[in-house]
Amino acid sequence: MIAIEVRNARKTFKAGKRTVVAVDDVSLSVPEGGVMGIVGESGCGKSTLARLVLGLLPADSGDIAIDGQRLADLDRKARARLIQPVFQDPFASLNPLARVRDIVAMPLVAQGRFGKADITKTVQEMLARVGLGKEMGGRLPSELSGGQRQRVAIARALVLRPRIVVCDEPTSALDVSVQAQILNLLAELRRDLGLTYLFISHNLAVVEHVASEVAVMYLGRLVEREPTETLFAAPEHPYTKALLASVLTPEPGLGVPDVGLGDTLPDPANIPPGCRFHPRCPIAEPRCATTTPPLKPRPNGGVECLLA
Amino acid sequence: MTALLEIEKLEVTFGRTAAVRGASLAVAPGETHCLVGESGCGKSVTALSVMNLLVRNARRRAERLAFQGEDLLKLSDSGMARLRGNAMAMIFQEPMTSLNPAYTVGSQMTEVLRRHKRASQRAATDRAADLLARVGITAPGMRLGQFPHQLSGGLRQRVMIAMALMCDPQLLIADEPTTALDVTVQAQILRLLAGLQRDLGLGLLLITHDLGIVARVATRVSVMYAGEVVESAPTAELFANPRHPYTQGLLRCVPVPGKIRRDQPLGAIPGTVPRVGPDFEGCAFRERCDFADETCKHAIPRHHASTAHDFLCRLPA
Amino acid sequence: MRRGWRNAGTWAGAIIVGIAAFCAVFAPLLVPHDPFAQDLGKRLLVPFWMPGTDPNHLLGTDQLGRDYLARLIYGCRISMMIGVSVSLVSGVIGITLGVLGGFMGGRVDDVVLFAITTRLSLPVVLVALAVVGLLGSSMTLLMITLGLLLWERFAVVARSTTMQVRNLDFVAAAWCAGCSRFRILAGEVLPNIASHLVVVATLEIALAILLEAALSFLGLGVPPPLPSWGLMIAEAKDYMFFSPWVIVIPGVCLFVLVLGINLLGDGLRDMLGARSDT
Ligand SMILES: Nc1ncnc2c1ncn2[C@@H]1O[C@H](COP(=O)(O)OP(=O)(O)OP(=O)(O)O)[C@@H](O)[C@H]1O
Ligand SMILES: Nc1ncnc2c1ncn2[C@@H]1O[C@H](COP(=O)(O)OP(=O)(O)OP(=O)(O)O)[C@@H](O)[C@H]1O
Ligand code: SF4
Ligand SMILES: [Mg+2]
Ligand SMILES: [Mg+2]
Repeated sequence: MIAIEVRNARKTFKAGKRTVVAVDDVSLSVPEGGVMGIVGESGCGKSTLARLVLGLLPADSGDIAIDGQRLADLDRKARARLIQPVFQDPFASLNPLARVRDIVAMPLVAQGRFGKADITKTVQEMLARVGLGKEMGGRLPSELSGGQRQRVAIARALVLRPRIVVCDEPTSALDVSVQAQILNLLAELRRDLGLTYLFISHNLAVVEHVASEVAVMYLGRLVEREPTETLFAAPEHPYTKALLASVLTPEPGLGVPDVGLGDTLPDPANIPPGCRFHPRCPIAEPRCATTTPPLKPRPNGGVECLLA
Repeated sequence: MTALLEIEKLEVTFGRTAAVRGASLAVAPGETHCLVGESGCGKSVTALSVMNLLVRNARRRAERLAFQGEDLLKLSDSGMARLRGNAMAMIFQEPMTSLNPAYTVGSQMTEVLRRHKRASQRAATDRAADLLARVGITAPGMRLGQFPHQLSGGLRQRVMIAMALMCDPQLLIADEPTTALDVTVQAQILRLLAGLQRDLGLGLLLITHDLGIVARVATRVSVMYAGEVVESAPTAELFANPRHPYTQGLLRCVPVPGKIRRDQPLGAIPGTVPRVGPDFEGCAFRERCDFADETCKHAIPRHHASTAHDFLCRLPA
Repeated sequence: MRRGWRNAGTWAGAIIVGIAAFCAVFAPLLVPHDPFAQDLGKRLLVPFWMPGTDPNHLLGTDQLGRDYLARLIYGCRISMMIGVSVSLVSGVIGITLGVLGGFMGGRVDDVVLFAITTRLSLPVVLVALAVVGLLGSSMTLLMITLGLLLWERFAVVARSTTMQVRNLDFVAAAWCAGCSRFRILAGEVLPNIASHLVVVATLEIALAILLEAALSFLGLGVPPPLPSWGLMIAEAKDYMFFSPWVIVIPGVCLFVLVLGINLLGDGLRDMLGARSDT
C-alpha cells in the first residue's frame, strides 16, 4: 500500500515580477510504514513540498494522493484523519493564546462528532503518551520549553490517530539533548501506531537515524532518491556528495572538509539551463550546461546527473 | 605563553537569574577555544561580558578579566571602546542585528578602520575589498555597494567575519557564526575561519552548541551548563574521555553518521536545563544525572583528570 | 527609568479614562443640579477658586445661569458616548473588511484595498459637515456619520495583522486539523490580532471625541441645549475676555481626556506588544 504518492507536482510562486519555481516536477512515493527523509539546503522547496502533500497549498499541476485517495477528493475532515503536520518552529506552531489542552483537542473538536467527556479523556491520554504531565494541560505555550512545545505539537498531530505525519524539520530549533528526546519519541510512536512519516530535515545525521529512504532536493527538484543505507554508503549525485561531505561528525582531528561548492547561492527565480546544479558542481562538464539530465533509474530509486 | 584572554570566576546576574556562575576560561594566542552548551546556559552572556556589552540591568563580577594582561574590569568605557572592534572583535549570533540596514556593507566596513586606525577612505575601501575577497566573496567591489538585506545569510556571515578582521584583531569572539546557515555553507565558513585563524595567528573563542563543529575546529573545549564551566579539556581528550556526566550525555545524544542504528533510540538526557538563582548550591545537573546522590546538593570540587583536563563533579578523577 | 515614566503615563491615562467613564455612566447621580435648568439671575457665576463664588455652583455657571459642573459632567457623558459608539460602528466595519481582505486575499482583498483607498480620499470633516448640513444635526446622526467615516485605520491594521497571523504555522496546523474557515478566523486569527485592535480603538475614540467637539463648535455637531464640550466652548467664546473660565474649563477637560486616552493607548500598545513578542 502506498501512503503518499506525488506525481509530477509543480508549484510556482509569484514574487513581484519574478516567478519562483519552488517545486519542479517532483514525483515520489512513500510506502505505508516507511519514513521518507527529504534533505536539501534552505529554499530548495522542502517546506513547499510538505505543504502540497498536506493540502495546505494547491499544486499548479500534478497529482497527489494520500492513502490511495486523491487529495483533491478528500474533504477537510477526512484529510485531517489521514494526515497531520509537525512544524519546525515550536514557537510559531502553537496558538500563543490557547491552553495546551485546547490546542491538542482542536482536531477532535473540528471533527464535530466527539462528546466533551470523550475529548477530555483522549486529550489526557495523548498528553501522557507524549510525556507531558496532567498539569501541563492548563498551561499556555509561553510557559513551556521548546521541547515541551514540540511534544504538544506532536500530541495535536496524533490525537486523531492519523496514518501519515509530515514532519517539517521538527527538531531543527531544539538543543541536541532535546532533539534526541523528540527523535526517540517520534520513533517510538511510529513503531507503536504504525505511522508513515515524511521527514524533512537539513541535518543528514538525523535523517540517517530516522529515515528508511532519502530524497535529496536541489532547487525544487529531487536529484537523487535511494534507500538510506545505499545513499549514505554510495551517493551518486555530486550535490549529495557535497551534502554528505559537509556533515561535521563529532570526530576530533578530521578538520573541516572542503565542500567545493563556491559562494554563489542558487536563485530559485532564475534556474540555470541544463543541469540546474552545474554552476556549483565541482565535476561539471560543458554538456552539463546545455543538457537537462534525465532520471537514471536505480533498483530502488534514481539519480538525475549526466555523469552518474 | 601567557593567555590572550583570561576569565576567572565570572559571574553575571540579571536580577534573580544567574546567567553565568563562576565560569573560568582562558584563550591562548593562536588557539581555537570552543565554548559549548545548550541554549540558555550563558555562552553569549560570557562573550558579551568580555566585550562589556551587557544590558544595563546585568551585574558583572569576576576575580579576573584580562585581555593581553590588561585588566578589563578597571578599564574605562572609552578604553573599552578603543579595544572593541580593534584588538578584540566579535561576530554576533544574529548578523542582521549587528549590521545596520541603513548603510552599505562598504561604508560599515570602512567606518571601523577609519575610527580605530584613522585610515583614509581610500585605504579603508581597499582593505575592505581585500578582506571580502579573502573570505571567499567573488565580486567584492559589487558587494561593498550593497545593503545587508540584499545578501544571503551565508554572504552576510562572511561580511561579518571580514568586518571583524578589519583592524587585525588579536582575539576574535564568534558567537554561533554558522547556526543559521546550511550545512554546506557552514562547512565553508568554518573552513574559512579555521584558515584565517591559522594564517593570522589570532586567538578564537568560538561559541556553538554543535559538538560536530567543536570536534573539527577546536584545540580546546569548555562545556558550559547552567552558567558554569563543568568540563574543560583539549579536544581529543574530551571526546575520548569525557568525565562529567553532562558531557557524556551530550556526546550520546548526537547521532553520528555511519554509526547509526535506526532501530535503537538515541541516548537522551531526560528533563530540561533548570533555571538557577545566584545563591544556588551544588551541582545544577543533579536532577538529570544518573550518578547524583546527596553530596551533589553541596559545593562540588573541581577535579583534574590530567593537567589540562578538569571537570566539576563529585565523581573522583 | 524610561520604563518607569512610561508606566506612570499609562497609569495616568488609565485613571483619567476611568474617571471619565465613571462620570459618563453615573452622570445623573453625580450632578448637583439639572444641567438644563436656567437661572438668569445667576449668570456667569465664578468658580470656587475665585473671590465671590457661590458654594452651590462649584464651577460657577454659564451665560444662561446653568450649573457648569453639571454641564461638564453631562458633556463628558456625551463625549464618551460619541467616542465609544463611533469606535464601535467603525470597528465593526473596519475589522470585518480588514480581516476578510487579509484572510481571503485575492479578489476580496482587492475590493477591500479599493474601499480603503476610496475612504482615504474623502475629507472627513467636509463630508461630515455636508451630511449634517443636509440632514440637520442630531447626536445619532453624528455617531453614524463619524462611524461610517472613521473605519479605515481599523481596516488597515486588521488587514495587515491578519496577513501576518494567517501565515503562522499554528494557523496552518488548524487547517490541517480540519477546522472550518470560520473556526480558524474566530478561534485562531481574531484573538491574536485583538491586542492591536484595542490600541486602534483607543485612538479612534480620541479622534471621534475631538471631531465631535470640532463639529459642535462649528454648530454642526450635537444640537443645543445638549452640553457637549465643543458646544460649551462655542457658546462661551463671546464671554471669554471677561469670564475666561467658561472657555478654559471645557477646553482643559477635552485636552486632558484626549491626552489620557492616548496615554492609555500607548501603554496598552507597549504592554500587548511586549507580550506578543515573547
Ligand atoms: N508563499 C510564498 N510566496 C513566495 N515565495 C515563496 C512562498 N513560499 C515559499 N516561497 C519560495 O519558494 C522557495 C522554496 O521555499 P521553501 O520554504 O519550500 O524552502 P525550504 O526548502 O523549506 O527552505 P528552509 O530550509 O529554509 O525551510 C523559496 O525560494 C521561497 O522563497
Ligand atoms: N538581557 C537579559 N535579561 C535577562 N536575562 C537574560 C538576558 N540575557 C540573557 N539572559 C539569561 O541569561 C541566560 C544565558 O543566556 P545566553 O544568551 O548567554 O545563553 P546562550 O548560552 O548564548 O544560549 P543560546 O544558545 O540560545 O544563544 C539565559 O537563561 C537568559 O534567559
Ligand atoms: S556532581 Fe553529581 S549530579 Fe552533578 S554531574 Fe556529578 S554526579 Fe551528576
Ligand atoms: Mg522549510
Ligand atoms: Mg547565545
